[in-house]
Amino acid sequence: MSIVVTSLTKVYGQQKAVNGISFEAKPGRILGFLGPNGAGKSTTMKMLTSYIPQTSGKASVCGFDISEETLQVRKNIGYLPESNPLYLEMYVKEFLAFIAETHQLRNISERVAEVIKLTGLGKEQHKKIGQLSKGYKQRVGLAQAIIHNPSVLILDEPTSGLDPNQLIEVRALIRELGKTKTVILSTHIMQEVEAVCDDIVMINKGEIVANDSLKNLLASHQQTALEPIFVKLTNIA
Amino acid sequence: MFTIFKKELFAYLNSLVAYITIGVFLLVLSLLLWVFPETSVLDYGYASLESLFYLTPYLFMFLIPGITMRSFAEEKKEGTFELLVTRPLTDWQIVFGKYLAALALVLFALLPTLVYYISVYQLGTTLGNIDTGAVIGSYIGLFLLGANFAAIGIFSSALTKNQVIAFAIAIFLCFFVFSGFDSLSQLLSLQKFDGVLINLGINEHYQSISRGVLDTRDLVYFISVIVLFLSITKTVLGGRKW
Repeated sequence: MSIVVTSLTKVYGQQKAVNGISFEAKPGRILGFLGPNGAGKSTTMKMLTSYIPQTSGKASVCGFDISEETLQVRKNIGYLPESNPLYLEMYVKEFLAFIAETHQLRNISERVAEVIKLTGLGKEQHKKIGQLSKGYKQRVGLAQAIIHNPSVLILDEPTSGLDPNQLIEVRALIRELGKTKTVILSTHIMQEVEAVCDDIVMINKGEIVANDSLKNLLASHQQTALEPIFVKLTNIA
Repeated sequence: MFTIFKKELFAYLNSLVAYITIGVFLLVLSLLLWVFPETSVLDYGYASLESLFYLTPYLFMFLIPGITMRSFAEEKKEGTFELLVTRPLTDWQIVFGKYLAALALVLFALLPTLVYYISVYQLGTTLGNIDTGAVIGSYIGLFLLGANFAAIGIFSSALTKNQVIAFAIAIFLCFFVFSGFDSLSQLLSLQKFDGVLINLGINEHYQSISRGVLDTRDLVYFISVIVLFLSITKTVLGGRKW
């Protein structure tokens, strides 16, 4: 089990952003983390990457506790934050080499070349990140997340801002990565979940409303598409 | 730590900000030292760099906050702070890396002023008629002073997302630590503690080193202030975890 979350809670002032959620993510499967805006998806991901601490509850990544062994957790995670922050004044290669250095990788230039090829950044690799279009920036974000070959990938809306062609490519890449790694990805696009994910965790107002494999979820609601299920489960007043 | 240092230094050197601030610093200093009669070495008529060591702390008060203001404030504003702190690096590595890069820039600003020493050395009525020991001491003092201001600047930058606010806070703190304690000690009601107060300020220790005497007490003072501000910086960064 690479990610185990047990009654994880985050309280901001009076507001419970995440309220005692528990789920697990297995290696070799892609977990779709769904929910309306403000449901607590990004907060959960930030806690899993040790960026912010939980108020209560526990979670571990690859067996490392997220509040005790933060350095180990961060070593084993590839993280693509929601807004995809990048150093815009850096060159693509320079930036990826910097990220590789923070992970203390060897053969940095080889690895940088590898991820550039993997994410299809070949043509843009000599540009400054600030000059790239949104889709290519997103690929740079993805490239930095996978550069150290982490066993866990946490991707917060990895496909926002991509055109349909890029969508297909990036989804294929995520599926490929998901064969060997544990992937958690959040998205608002239900077709994407159907195309990519094996398991679904759906949350609403900080609480889990569904936690099952995609197949079982569809079968139990007697639906062929996810969208009606999403509306039904998260649109409760 | 070296990774962050390298990245920060390149970020400074790849942007115009560093060149312009250092350039302006050197321009103002040159004007004050060689052109404007009130502070000019030539008008003064003595082979001494006293005005340089008197003026530079006040220029550093603006130069160094100008250099350091972006270090954390910009990362927070752009959101890259999240990227940075989710790397497998400790907070200390990040703080030190950024601090050392700022310090390197202070050194770059200071190095060209050695030309002034050479000039005064050459201009002396008997060649080399200048108190070299005092100059070396003063340079060490100036560097330590710059190191303190850089620590204060890094701290101010960690407080806010806004670079202008970081700049303003840093200027105030630098000024206060440099000469604020001296001025406070002159308050009538604080006369009892004037010795303690004066010793809390940078100026007293800076003057002491400038005389060419490297006293361990002064060295300890400078290092403590640096450690103090960098520790608070680390605590502030950890503040997201409260």
